[in-house]
Amino acid sequence: MDVTKVIDAKGLACPMPIVRTKKAMNDLESGQILEVHATDKGAKSDLSAWAKSGGHELLKDTEENDVLKFWIKKG
Amino acid sequence: MSETKKTTIVLFSGDYDKAMAAYIIANGAAAYDHEVTIFHTFWGLNALRKAESMEVKKGFMEKLFGKMMPRGVDKMGLSKMNFAGFGPKMIKKVMKKHNAMSLPNLMEMAQEQEVKLVACTMTMDLLGLQKEELLDDIEYAGVAAYLGDAEDGNVNLFI
Repeated sequence: MDVTKVIDAKGLACPMPIVRTKKAMNDLESGQILEVHATDKGAKSDLSAWAKSGGHELLKDTEENDVLKFWIKKG
Repeated sequence: MSETKKTTIVLFSGDYDKAMAAYIIANGAAAYDHEVTIFHTFWGLNALRKAESMEVKKGFMEKLFGKMMPRGVDKMGLSKMNFAGFGPKMIKKVMKKHNAMSLPNLMEMAQEQEVKLVACTMTMDLLGLQKEELLDDIEYAGVAAYLGDAEDGNVNLFI
């Protein structure tokens, strides 16, 4: 996957992962992909809801050793 | 994306935990690209107070109110388990441990995200709070201005 930007939100608590993601997304062009790393257990629900509302596409998400990773395509 | 959505929050409470909930939702809503307004009234006005004491002319009652109310969010008590001020110390310790943002930081972040902070002028008069005592870069308004925002709000909360 052609990732344009990666942000590390590991260790951050609500609402920071979503605030950081939003900030990073502002710098991207439509169609570019943002990769987000987080450890907040609510991140999956938060990011999928946020992406849906903003017209972005959550392409993929994984969980490894308590680290959640997300790939979001800007809408 | 459709046109900008709006979130409005009335912060009535002067409790640390409730103000924290309000500011977390405000920051989240700003990340959702909403236009966000927090309308501070009654005890919620204390969130906007500067930490330092100001030289302002006041009557006896106003002075008394000013002394008894917290100067800014960091001095607020908890709505439950306050234990005469020991509760907030405990919660702040736990928040640090879990890497949760402190309330002063959440407020800073909200201003950075252009959340509109409004002080209710009628209750400012009641509690004897003056503009000089409140943060810079805030707005002053009454119920009509709040309703103007709230009537086309998608999320409207009273905390």
